[in-house]
Amino acid sequence: MKRAREFELYVAGVCVILGILLVGQVRTQEYIGESQIPSRRLEDLSDMLRRSDAERMILEKEVEVLREQVSKVVEGEKAAETIRAELVKARMFAGISTVEGPGVIVTLNDSKRQAGPGESVELFLVHDNDILQVVNELFAAGAEAVSINGQRMVATSEVRCSGPVISVNNVRIAPPYEIHAIGNPDALDSALHMRDGILDTLRAWGIEAKVQKLPVVQVPGYKGGLYFQYAKPVSEGAQK
Amino acid sequence: MMLPIIGLVAGIIIALFTPLRFPIDYSQYIAIGILAALDCVFGGIRAGLQGTFDSTVFISGFLLNTALATALTMVGDKLGVDLVLGATVAFSIRIFTNVGIIRRHILDKWFKKSLK
Repeated sequence: MKRAREFELYVAGVCVILGILLVGQVRTQEYIGESQIPSRRLEDLSDMLRRSDAERMILEKEVEVLREQVSKVVEGEKAAETIRAELVKARMFAGISTVEGPGVIVTLNDSKRQAGPGESVELFLVHDNDILQVVNELFAAGAEAVSINGQRMVATSEVRCSGPVISVNNVRIAPPYEIHAIGNPDALDSALHMRDGILDTLRAWGIEAKVQKLPVVQVPGYKGGLYFQYAKPVSEGAQK
Repeated sequence: MMLPIIGLVAGIIIALFTPLRFPIDYSQYIAIGILAALDCVFGGIRAGLQGTFDSTVFISGFLLNTALATALTMVGDKLGVDLVLGATVAFSIRIFTNVGIIRRHILDKWFKKSLK
């Protein structure tokens, strides 16, 4: 056999690497094939897995808490404390208590731009619809508490045009509108800044919209009266 | 001409006897790495047959091409553009060109021998 030339040695070296890579890759592809997942969908699926993992963790924690509650109730010990904790939670959910936490402050103000000839001045004002959309977007992004100029959004809150001002909880509020929201600041911020989302639309009309991400935002509790004239509670068993 | 084939077989055998499997996330990078190595092998053989082989050029070319292709794939991933296709096409064209030159080289030699 002829003596090997220099280049064959080098090429052979690379060939060893090539062989190792080939076998590894073929194995990987076989593995992907076995699991019957097109590689394109892998990212989606891993994302879903991560999310459901997080969800499961939360649920597990809830189970723990609930078990604890059950055992407390069964033992008859600290029953009052359990009820008080439940009450605090219910008040928080109802929006009666003032809460604070990380979140965003969205400031909306009427456009300073002058309406051109033939243009309606209305286009450059902040409307009840705009505020509703912002609030809606915030809740969709996981906001746990939202207030508009100090008016807490509760189950019966309205956001309605009321002449030159806007009425929330039957209280009239005027621009600039300051919307406080508690939730994941990044999630809330990016929900508002979605491309062609609400802020994009508002800014197109020159409406001043500012979003501040803050580590602590305070949302005041609902200050209105708590009375129900028509609705009456129905006991669990009598539900239709 | 036997040494590269022996090397390839050696690599395959080494890999077969180790439980080597790449993470699925990196399979695209490995694929482009394989293409880079393949391109490099044929390029090296061609240079060797033409007598222009330079070990420094060869090794640096191999490393740099692989790094560049991987980087391109990564950037493409981040940008959402399949830049990996660019590298794939470039490597494939080079492989075909090199194999063509090698083929002609070998045919030339063979015919000259048989004519003698």
